[in-house]
Amino acid sequence: MSTMTTPVLEARNVTMRFGGLTAVRSVDFTVNSGEIVGLIGPNGAGKTTFFNCLTGLYVPTEGTVSYKGTVLPPKPHLVTQAGIARTFQNIRLFANMTVLENVLVGRHTRTKEGLWSALLRGPGFKKAEKASEERAMELLEFIGLAHKRDHLARNLPYGEQRKLEIARAMASEPGLLLLDEPTAGMNPQETRATEELVFAIRDKGIAVLLIEHDMRFVFNLSDRVAVLVQGEKLVEGTSEVVQADERVIAAYLGEPFEGEPGEAEAAEVAAAEAEAAAPSTTSTKGEGQ
Amino acid sequence: MTDTTKTQPATRGLIPLPEAAARGLLLAGGIATAASAFLAWTWTSAFPGDLTINGYPGGLQWLTFTAGLLTTLFALALYGVRGLGWLLPARNNAPLALTALGGFGTTWFTVIAISNKLGGVVNLEPGGWIAAIASLLPVIGAFALHQQGVGEGSVKESIKAYLTKPDSIPAAQPLTPWLERAVITLVTILGLGVFTYGIDTEYGELFIGYLIVVAFSLWALNTAGLNDRFSRLVAHNRSFTLAMGFLAAIAFPFTQTDDHYANIGVNILIFGTVALGLNIVVGLAGLLDLGYVAFLGVGAYTAALVSGSEFSRFSGVQFPFWAAALTGAAASLIFGVLIGAPTLRLRGDYLAIVTLGFGEIFRIAVNNMDGDSGPDITNGPNGIPSIPDLNFFGFNLGQSHDIGGFTLGRFANYYLLMVLIMAIVVLVYTRAADSRIGRSWIAIREDETAATAMGINGFRVKLIAFALGASLAGLAGTVSAHVTYSVVPTPYQFAGSTPPNSAFLLAAVVLGGMGTVAGPILGAALLYLLPEKLVFLQDKSLLAFGIALILLMRFRPEGIIANRRQQLEFHETGQLAVPEQTTLTDEPATATKAGA
Ligand SMILES: Nc1ncnc2c1ncn2[C@@H]1O[C@H](COP(=O)(O)OP(=O)(O)OP(=O)(O)O)[C@@H](O)[C@H]1O
Ligand SMILES: [Mg+2]
Repeated sequence: MSTMTTPVLEARNVTMRFGGLTAVRSVDFTVNSGEIVGLIGPNGAGKTTFFNCLTGLYVPTEGTVSYKGTVLPPKPHLVTQAGIARTFQNIRLFANMTVLENVLVGRHTRTKEGLWSALLRGPGFKKAEKASEERAMELLEFIGLAHKRDHLARNLPYGEQRKLEIARAMASEPGLLLLDEPTAGMNPQETRATEELVFAIRDKGIAVLLIEHDMRFVFNLSDRVAVLVQGEKLVEGTSEVVQADERVIAAYLGEPFEGEPGEAEAAEVAAAEAEAAAPSTTSTKGEGQ
Repeated sequence: MTDTTKTQPATRGLIPLPEAAARGLLLAGGIATAASAFLAWTWTSAFPGDLTINGYPGGLQWLTFTAGLLTTLFALALYGVRGLGWLLPARNNAPLALTALGGFGTTWFTVIAISNKLGGVVNLEPGGWIAAIASLLPVIGAFALHQQGVGEGSVKESIKAYLTKPDSIPAAQPLTPWLERAVITLVTILGLGVFTYGIDTEYGELFIGYLIVVAFSLWALNTAGLNDRFSRLVAHNRSFTLAMGFLAAIAFPFTQTDDHYANIGVNILIFGTVALGLNIVVGLAGLLDLGYVAFLGVGAYTAALVSGSEFSRFSGVQFPFWAAALTGAAASLIFGVLIGAPTLRLRGDYLAIVTLGFGEIFRIAVNNMDGDSGPDITNGPNGIPSIPDLNFFGFNLGQSHDIGGFTLGRFANYYLLMVLIMAIVVLVYTRAADSRIGRSWIAIREDETAATAMGINGFRVKLIAFALGASLAGLAGTVSAHVTYSVVPTPYQFAGSTPPNSAFLLAAVVLGGMGTVAGPILGAALLYLLPEKLVFLQDKSLLAFGIALILLMRFRPEGIIANRRQQLEFHETGQLAVPEQTTLTDEPATATKAGA
């Protein structure tokens, strides 16, 4: 398994500052081929910002990102061209295009037909369009949306929109797929299906880097997990190592106390909820009578 | 009647009448309306169209007749008369209500216009009164028909219930391919007839009446589901329909005896072609360009400079038309790239402002390049006059020619040339839209960030859209220079009371329907004809135009011809909306049950 050790993605000393706020601070990060890597951290830790630095949506204040040994220019389309594709935390499909068209747009970097070829419609154009469509349909079969090819993306249920976003990203034939919270808003059943899907993607030889808040999901899937807290990489290692690390638990619960504040807070919330619920039930009763 | 009460016991009409009476009123009223067109409505021919002769309808009376006839046909279809079932496949009331309103609208408009023009209702003959009353009958009948959803909410909601299109229209019997083509041919001929009638209307009142009848009839046909059925036929026979449309466009000048109307035709085509080019930029790529008319100007000025006009700076140079057309398109393309390269890095509002600025710069620059305040190129405000007519292999477009018994005047010749240019532009538009580059334009429009993250070089594809749109406008400009004999800076402004100007071009695209082929052409035709026909509005035409635009955007934001995507976007008729609605109506029901 020599492939296990070749790095696909190497981020060196990536720092991102917004004015006075340092959202990502000197992060070094590597993803090797064939790996599934999880990136976790509390809200606002800088995970999405880090993704944006990797994909060229943000120009990092410091540091470099390289893909398979070559440094990437911070331009989104060149990053995708090089072989890194992504999904977004808040789904960003082309809402008024059909499911098939969305995936076809993902094929953009792997096809070349320009305006002239579209206007002249030679045999090359038709062949390329047909090949693109076939490839897109394969991907739709893969994620199980082939039967909805002509639906508008905006009309898909939430879970299917997330899947379609993955298919669209895969259409660019990436070597590395970045998924930003792929299970956000999904029910347990859909989450399990997504787990299968991520494994299947890895089996196609695509390395996966994913941000997640669902811990069970991320620890099940990942060969390696990195924890980002306040822009800094706190811990990195296998699921067991990360799960056992006290600093991670502390980071998620707040500042390093014994865990009492968390308990107290929970009790407070419960009390408040009970209080809020009580009058509302009486009022509905009153209306009924 | 019995079966309607059985299946829908709760329905009733807005006007309380038995269903049978309502239907009877519709049929009788429709016939009476059509018949009233044969009476004398006024005593003097001072009102245009001569509505004074019993037995011979004139002008606006024909419109009343048409509307009455349509109402009668729909009423007969409602009765289930054999052979007319296809008119009303869903057996819904909306088409009846709409045709009745169309007849009522045009008749009452006429009667009021007569009284207004001649100074009082005394100028109406009994026939006019009869027509007014007759056209009211089907309206009463239509709104007395039993209709689901009436009486549950306000009157406004009830009226809305009458006018909405049902969710599902029964599928049509499949036709044989030959029959399908026959239907398409027939519809094309009918369409040409209707369109020609509109262009040939001789006075403003007739045009308004025409618009009322056509708008309500088309709306009625749409709610009857006939438009959907026809679209399906078109989808089966796409190239045949395109060919028919092309033939119909060619046929237009042969139906005209007065070259003035061919002039209107050629101007509509120029305006429509430019609007279609703008549709690439605005409709597909989503770039708001407020200075687009400058590219038409670049094409026109380029053609004028190489036309051989003695007032041209290069008066010795006379390019053959194909070379002039290519030069004009290329010059516009270069200007498009020059303007686009610095501005297309901006998004949204900024782009609009900057293009507006560049558009004005073009006009002002052309105005000043007269040798005094700038280099001597364009003759400044005087422009370049005496542009010679085109000559193809000895066929002088400036002269009348007899072809197969038809006389084609100067404008008819240019009209035919423009049909060819428009065909090219339509081809360019449809082919570009349905390709990798077209998809990337739409992706950029939908979500630029996601599009770039999918590997699209946003700047590059936007620049291609901008340049392509510019060169198509330039191409149209080369013809327009010859049609108008001269080019001057004034038409190439941001806003004015006559087309083309950037505001009108944009309005044509939005009004007709962004992202469609037929939409901008239709929008251009309407926006050209309105100021042309409604001369009595004069300086108020811009105001009227503004009000009309606001109303349209309020009630039909996707434009007259809806793009499939936008129809879904604006009216939320997607699949998600349906289950949502049912849960919404379910909830209060269960809540009240639980409460009781
Ligand atoms: N464009 C921006 N300008 C200024 N601040 C930003 C910008 N983008 C992100 N930030 C800030 O950077 C910090 C990290 O945000 P980021 O979205 O990366 O967090 P995250 O780890 O993805 O959180 P979540 O789990 O909620 O998605 C936040 O404090 C955020 O407000
Ligand atoms: Mg995030």
